[in-house]
Amino acid sequence: MTESGAGYIITTSPHIHTADSIPRVMYSVVIALIPAVIVSVLFFGKAAIVIYCLSIVSCLACEAIAQKIMGRPITVTDGSILVTAILFAMNIPPSSPWWLVVLGSVIAVVLGKQIYGGLGYNPFNPVLVARILLLISFPVQMTSWIKPAPLFSGADLVSVATPLGEVKTELMLKGAIDLSRYNYLDFTTGFMGGSMGEMSVLALLLGAAFLLYRKYITWHIPAGFIGTVFVMTGIFWLVDPTRYANPIFHVLAGGLVLGAFFMATDMVTSPVYPRGKIIFGIGCGVITVVIRLFGGYPEGVAFSILLMNAATPIIDRYTVPKKFGYIKIDEAKAG
Amino acid sequence: MNKKKTYRFSGGVHPPEEKLTRSLPIEEMPPPKKAYIPLSQHIGAPSSPVVEPGDKVNIGTRLSDPGGFVSAPVFSSISGKVVEIVDHPHTLGRSMPTVVIEAEGTDEWDKSIKPRTDYEALSPDEIKSIIQNAGIVGMGGATFPTHVKLSPPKEKPINAFIINGAECEPYLTADHRVMLEMPEKVVSGAMLIGKVLGVKKIYVGIENNKMDAVEAMRDVVKEDNVEIVPLKVRYPQGAEKQLIKTILNRDVPSGGLPMDVGVVVQNVGTAVAVHDAVALGRPLVERITTVTGPGIKNPKNLKIRIGTPISEVIDYCGGLSEDVGKVILGGPMMGLAQYDLSVSVIKGTSGILILTDEMLDTTAQGPCLRCGNCVTVCPMGLTPLMFGRYTELGMFNEAERNNVMDCIECGCCAYECPSHIPLVHYAKYAKAEIQAARRKRA
Repeated sequence: MTESGAGYIITTSPHIHTADSIPRVMYSVVIALIPAVIVSVLFFGKAAIVIYCLSIVSCLACEAIAQKIMGRPITVTDGSILVTAILFAMNIPPSSPWWLVVLGSVIAVVLGKQIYGGLGYNPFNPVLVARILLLISFPVQMTSWIKPAPLFSGADLVSVATPLGEVKTELMLKGAIDLSRYNYLDFTTGFMGGSMGEMSVLALLLGAAFLLYRKYITWHIPAGFIGTVFVMTGIFWLVDPTRYANPIFHVLAGGLVLGAFFMATDMVTSPVYPRGKIIFGIGCGVITVVIRLFGGYPEGVAFSILLMNAATPIIDRYTVPKKFGYIKIDEAKAG
Repeated sequence: MNKKKTYRFSGGVHPPEEKLTRSLPIEEMPPPKKAYIPLSQHIGAPSSPVVEPGDKVNIGTRLSDPGGFVSAPVFSSISGKVVEIVDHPHTLGRSMPTVVIEAEGTDEWDKSIKPRTDYEALSPDEIKSIIQNAGIVGMGGATFPTHVKLSPPKEKPINAFIINGAECEPYLTADHRVMLEMPEKVVSGAMLIGKVLGVKKIYVGIENNKMDAVEAMRDVVKEDNVEIVPLKVRYPQGAEKQLIKTILNRDVPSGGLPMDVGVVVQNVGTAVAVHDAVALGRPLVERITTVTGPGIKNPKNLKIRIGTPISEVIDYCGGLSEDVGKVILGGPMMGLAQYDLSVSVIKGTSGILILTDEMLDTTAQGPCLRCGNCVTVCPMGLTPLMFGRYTELGMFNEAERNNVMDCIECGCCAYECPSHIPLVHYAKYAKAEIQAARRKRA
């Protein structure tokens, strides 16, 4: 007879599991970011490579040191910190000095994530916490943009304004805007001033499609976000096209696509339920438009996501989906 | 037969089916030398023994009387002598009073057991009392005494009866083989139960990965009021509430039972047991069980005498492979892991599944990413991440507010969780704590 009590594993059901895991989720996001990383390296060359490397090394180091100090297991290989590092690099100007990158990494990892308990416990998107703190503390360094020039083209680095910044200044100085100099195709391929990751809408969409296909993000937040920006700016544009840019310009210029697909969809800091995600997206869209059109900053994506992160718990509370079996018995019988 | 429109329940998963034994005919395993028959093989009060050590018994000799209305008697599954009534390891994980019977060569039925020639003339009440006296319980694994389900209160009239042939658990094929090899018995049992309930309509729900079973069942159905309904493959299609939703589009209310929406559900194996009890006069002494998984040498579908130790069944199937990690009674989604192979096959043992070391999920639990997978796949529309978190923190009131009591423990959430959080474990734990607190208050 077979031996009994031979040390078989006892756990609760289920006894099988999908191949999914935290590293698989995180490295999928890394893969999704690769097209945009390549575009930024193509346009900013060595400067971009240096920033990515610096960001990755300092984020990894911050994470490991913070976890060590706080007595938590060191989990730098799970991919989550790599996502943070790449997204942070994408959120700053390609001309950022080295200390800005390092400081930003410390803010993102320590203040944005580890002090709250690490992965899964942070209420705000760590990358955006860093971006906004840096923007407020070092406005000059955080808004000195350089003109993208394809790698090996030999062109000198020329400082430029971002399209959103230009339009805002123009409106203040002249009371009217002129979009005729922009070729929107440039925005989709990467020829615009801005943070490293927000330049090429096409590259971002390619990565977003991959995440949608793998079901790591859903359509709700991006659709709510971009749709709201499109509709709201469209209304203003229809009312007065000399003062307000058209909705296509607003969708393509600036960090909307990056923010909507890669930052606002951060699982940890956005609502869980589909209805809540749509509300979250719409909220982001409204705040972005208000800041862009009436606020002091040309760009509002980062602010809007952070503000909506703060609203996530309350959104979750009021958007719990209908549970099975919570209808009246008479109704059920009629069914 | 017209094609019935089916509806859909939300959530669910589709794990790899792994039905290794789907084309293996049911084989009859020889009776064990020693049978260990627990007095409690059902949900409800344990039964109380009516035999003593030294008593001679045959197949079908009654060993106990039910311990109440929600209880069922047990019967000897072999011919021999009662040697002792002792606490013996039980599949639920602790020892329970068990009648031990030693075989004595002959293998014959108790003299009182005779087929009924006139069983079609029996009244509903007579059929129900035969079912009750035969110790029949839900054979899909839930082991709820069948006669209780067939006794709905007057204010809850039943108008539909569903035979559950979904068999949505991966690996398991016992119900599939039963429907292929003895469809007449399934239909006959279903008609008998239908008669007790007084329903006009009987549905048989079968997942469409078993179209041969659908055909086999359709071939034997002559009556218009029995409808075979092929169902989309989606775990947990075989859960009562989900099955009722799919076939009838009725929502069983939270905390309620199928009878609240006029439905009774019985497993195909139960229907066969009812047929055998009514037509052949036989109490429940054996069942069809799938023995499967990569950790067993020769997977089989077996007809096994109740009380046969699992270790003997495993030996009969060629023994375990070297790298066995887990022995599970039931399927991989809801089955119970065992540490002691001297436990015996009971009325609810739908499968014996042997997983190898490399199949074990050894990934350490990570933090919740709030990805929402658990919410998407929960067939009850619950929020496992919330009750999981509250349970972890010992906040059982909050877990209750997050409807943990509605959890059917199907395992979809834990199966999908990228952080490998044991959400079913938390649900079971929270439910036990909440129930204990309720008892204290009462």
